[in-house]
Amino acid sequence: MLELTRRYKLPAAHVLANPLLSVAENDKIFGKCANENGHGHNYEFEVTITGPVDETTGQILPTEQLDNIFATTIAARYSHKLLNQCESFDSLVPTTENFAEIVYRELAPALERLHPVRLVRVRLTETPRNFFEYGDPR
Amino acid sequence: MVRVTRAIEFSASLRYRASGLSDAQNRELFGLSAEQHGHNYRLEVTVRGEPDSKSGMVINLTDLKAILEREVMSRFDHKDLNADTEFFKDVPPTPENLASVIHKVVAAALPAGMFDRLRLYQDSDLYVDVVG
Repeated sequence: MLELTRRYKLPAAHVLANPLLSVAENDKIFGKCANENGHGHNYEFEVTITGPVDETTGQILPTEQLDNIFATTIAARYSHKLLNQCESFDSLVPTTENFAEIVYRELAPALERLHPVRLVRVRLTETPRNFFEYGDPR
Repeated sequence: MVRVTRAIEFSASLRYRASGLSDAQNRELFGLSAEQHGHNYRLEVTVRGEPDSKSGMVINLTDLKAILEREVMSRFDHKDLNADTEFFKDVPPTPENLASVIHKVVAAALPAGMFDRLRLYQDSDLYVDVVG
């Protein structure tokens, strides 16, 4: 079984706070990540796809096509943005757990249109010490 | 079950050409990759097994290094993938195809049942996994 992974980077800001909780409760749960003015990360995305290797092109999917899908579906929505103000996080705390699942759910249909290409998983690295994955287990 | 991974790096030149297409058609299909260019590839080969009761090793790394030197480095390092190897006369040396070729030759050279997976980085932003 063959899987292809492409890596992307985009910077974004977020505030880890649940608007239904008080400032004190958010501080207790999220610590300095609850800073009301926000903080940010260079998020790194590893997008893993699978599918048959085309006999002519030797590719599961042309890299440029995958790059375009990522650019229009994800980067356009989240790059250089405050995640809390993005529609996808209307009722979700923009933790990277939630972000990883959102990115998977937004990319999967775009790739499903290119069946038999399929999205396997998304890994989202928040800092060099934390990363989060959503999708098929390894 | 323990998995052991050994990494090697090799540099090669290549161009993407599909069989039967003209230069212009290849340029249209593959863009810039239709021109001769190069990559520093990184290959991570993972073997699996139980550590031997005497040596404590799944595989002697000297043996694994020798296999990778013989099957991968001598074939591909500082070579042109199209002109210097037998594998890409009719198919383009995309990372998918190169990973498949490396999988075949490395798995055949390892003791039976030991190959677990390999990961081939074309550059830091693109890699292919072959899972055994």
